Amino acid sequence: MNPADPADPTPVPGETDGKFGRYGGQYVPEALMPAIEELTDAYERYVLENQDGFMDEFRRCLREFGGRPTPLQHAERLSDRYDRDVYLKREDLLHGGAHKLNNALGQVLLAKYMGKERVIAETGAGQHGTATAMAAAHLDMPCEVYMGERDINRQRPNVFRMTLNGATVTPVTAGRGTLKEAISETMRDWAGSVEDTHYVIGSVVGPHPFPAMVRDFQSVVSEEARRQALETIGELPTDVVACAGGGSNTMGSFAAFLEDERVSLHAVEAGGADLSIDEAAGVAPNSASLYAGEEGVLHGARTKLLQDAHGQIVESHSVSAGLDYAGVGPELAHLVDEGRVTPAAVDDDQALEAFHLLSRTEGIIPALESAHALAYLEDVAGPDADADAGGGNGTADQEADALGETVVVTVSGRGDKDLETVIEETADRDIDGAPDMSAFTGGI
Amino acid sequence: MTEPTADRETDVAAADREAEAVTADRETDAATATGNSEAIARAFADGPAYVPYLAVGDPDYESSLEYVEALERGGADLIELGLPFSEPIAEGPTIQGAVVRALEGGMTPDRFFEFVEDLDVDVPLVCMTYYNLIYQWGDAEGPRPFVERAADAGLEGFVVPDLPAEEADPLRDACDEFGLDLVFIVAPTTEGDRLDRIMSRVSGYVYVQARLGTTGAQDDVSDHTAASLDRLREYDVPKAVGFGISSGEHAERIVEAGADGIIVGSALVDIVAAGVESDRSTEAVADQLESLSRELVEGADRGYQARSSVADSR
Ligand SMILES: Cc1ncc(COP(=O)(O)O)c(C=O)c1O
Repeated sequence: MNPADPADPTPVPGETDGKFGRYGGQYVPEALMPAIEELTDAYERYVLENQDGFMDEFRRCLREFGGRPTPLQHAERLSDRYDRDVYLKREDLLHGGAHKLNNALGQVLLAKYMGKERVIAETGAGQHGTATAMAAAHLDMPCEVYMGERDINRQRPNVFRMTLNGATVTPVTAGRGTLKEAISETMRDWAGSVEDTHYVIGSVVGPHPFPAMVRDFQSVVSEEARRQALETIGELPTDVVACAGGGSNTMGSFAAFLEDERVSLHAVEAGGADLSIDEAAGVAPNSASLYAGEEGVLHGARTKLLQDAHGQIVESHSVSAGLDYAGVGPELAHLVDEGRVTPAAVDDDQALEAFHLLSRTEGIIPALESAHALAYLEDVAGPDADADAGGGNGTADQEADALGETVVVTVSGRGDKDLETVIEETADRDIDGAPDMSAFTGGI
Repeated sequence: MTEPTADRETDVAAADREAEAVTADRETDAATATGNSEAIARAFADGPAYVPYLAVGDPDYESSLEYVEALERGGADLIELGLPFSEPIAEGPTIQGAVVRALEGGMTPDRFFEFVEDLDVDVPLVCMTYYNLIYQWGDAEGPRPFVERAADAGLEGFVVPDLPAEEADPLRDACDEFGLDLVFIVAPTTEGDRLDRIMSRVSGYVYVQARLGTTGAQDDVSDHTAASLDRLREYDVPKAVGFGISSGEHAERIVEAGADGIIVGSALVDIVAAGVESDRSTEAVADQLESLSRELVEGADRGYQARSSVADSR
């Protein structure tokens, strides 16, 4: 596509060899390789070449079922607070309440075009599982969702939503019961069911063609934001800020801006409680793979991973289930190495503060994932930001004046799914500006 | 291994003649592709090979040594030693459990190599693990240091389930340099060009995955096995069938269907797991491993005899 033409609706063409610099590839058991070859072929024909009008139907589904385009909203209070123009890309207003629907609809539709009879998915926050269950119900496909037991407990509303949409939710008890284990388990299911099943992977991770394909499905976010910025501001923003778990929100928010060299792109990871890795315990109290990770191979791709010195993957942590993953998409890792994307991290407390700030000042209750992106603004441009360096537990890259005059922040999802977590986590600590939680600690 | 090829030569079915011509072509390729390790070639040289698998360090270092040695007493011709990785995506619940126990017991790649050096067995040993561990041991140039250390410790080859042939060149080059084999897995879904591509790169033996899915003991032998072996007939590399074999009777049927070897993992790991659960002595568990091994070897031998007598009567 021609990035100078904001009306051009074709997806950003990607490299189709599955490599992003040193990252990417296809590291999967042999049983999956034929399915991956079949999928690569389908991706090239339907997504890249719009065979049988696939992309037209995808875009129609996004419009009519999904509610696209989502607004690019000027946030008045945040703009005052940060002394620059802050725009929110409102993916929380997409059907289902998160950007995840873009990808889920694309993949379930593709599974249909490929003649598959069943879809499976994994989910962390439950947001991708919910999106997949909705898309599957809409497109009339049986759907099974694998979810870590721990995540099932902290994201009950989404488990219920999936069930209502007719999906089977299967708990995964291995390890710490989060997204990493759920992905492994879904791959195991797929290895035994490849002939009639498509695996709807939830982010820009996994073996090629998933990272490129998921980015293409999500790039509608930045295509719209770019066009909307040109229409309403009259020029491109100086910065785009998005939170990164696996990186689908980040890649979706960045894709259409990649060639606009003057637009700075910021990927905000979950710094959790601490940016170190406790090798002895095999845990990282964070999910900051770009910052604290090392190159390795997991779930089908070479990328940056939270691992110990031997290469064992460690358990990650974040207050937001959707960011709680030990890896990150290979293209994002590459863009960070290239210097095109600047990584940053904010900790759990900062994210909770930003959650309350947005809820109180703008009337938008964001997903805890999205709150990380908002917390980055506070960290580098808020009233208490250090003039010389990033505050809190920020990374070295988090310098003051990191942001220019017009900042687009993707609100990747709404916070309804997180309310129980927010009550518990807020009651447990001293969060600036948070209301009194004591009346709600018994549940809502 | 020479036997099945000989069988085929006595087979005069016209349809087979064509396949034969293809085989002749491929045999020249296979000669270079097969056999860095003479010990592995020998394991398949006379009669069907019994290839057991255990996760190293399950449930602890010392018992694990005893268990692997018991496999040899039970008749192992080659042993696959699992180096535990935290995300074993090709394994079912049984081997996942073993991996968790071994990692909790402190198993690391360094300890794994010490283990191989401490073992008192006289059969070739192959390391089965996932690519990230090999990769992390490596340097900027690739996986060579891991292979060098493995060769030093006395290993003869690798099986790496998440490393498809397309991504395997760096590891294969290092294996060639140190005289180790790199075994690939062929699934029931592997056909056509992919099969050719894999078979042109395999060395030592090919791991024939008997059914789709992950590892785990099964109650019955999959129908896929015979079809897979059939597809592989024209390639002159030993074919070891794994995934799901748990009894002498399975072993018999699989060897009768044409396998050059049987790979058995979960059924053995189940014995270790049951031992942990009911607090059985190391000795008692080792005895059980040895006796299941004997049963499997006897089954494989019966299958081999049945196959040979069919060939003789033709
Ligand atoms: C609302 C929301 N934002 C962000 C993410 C992070 O995932 P990714 O980085 O793939 O966009 C999730 C994941 O579930 C999510 O639900």
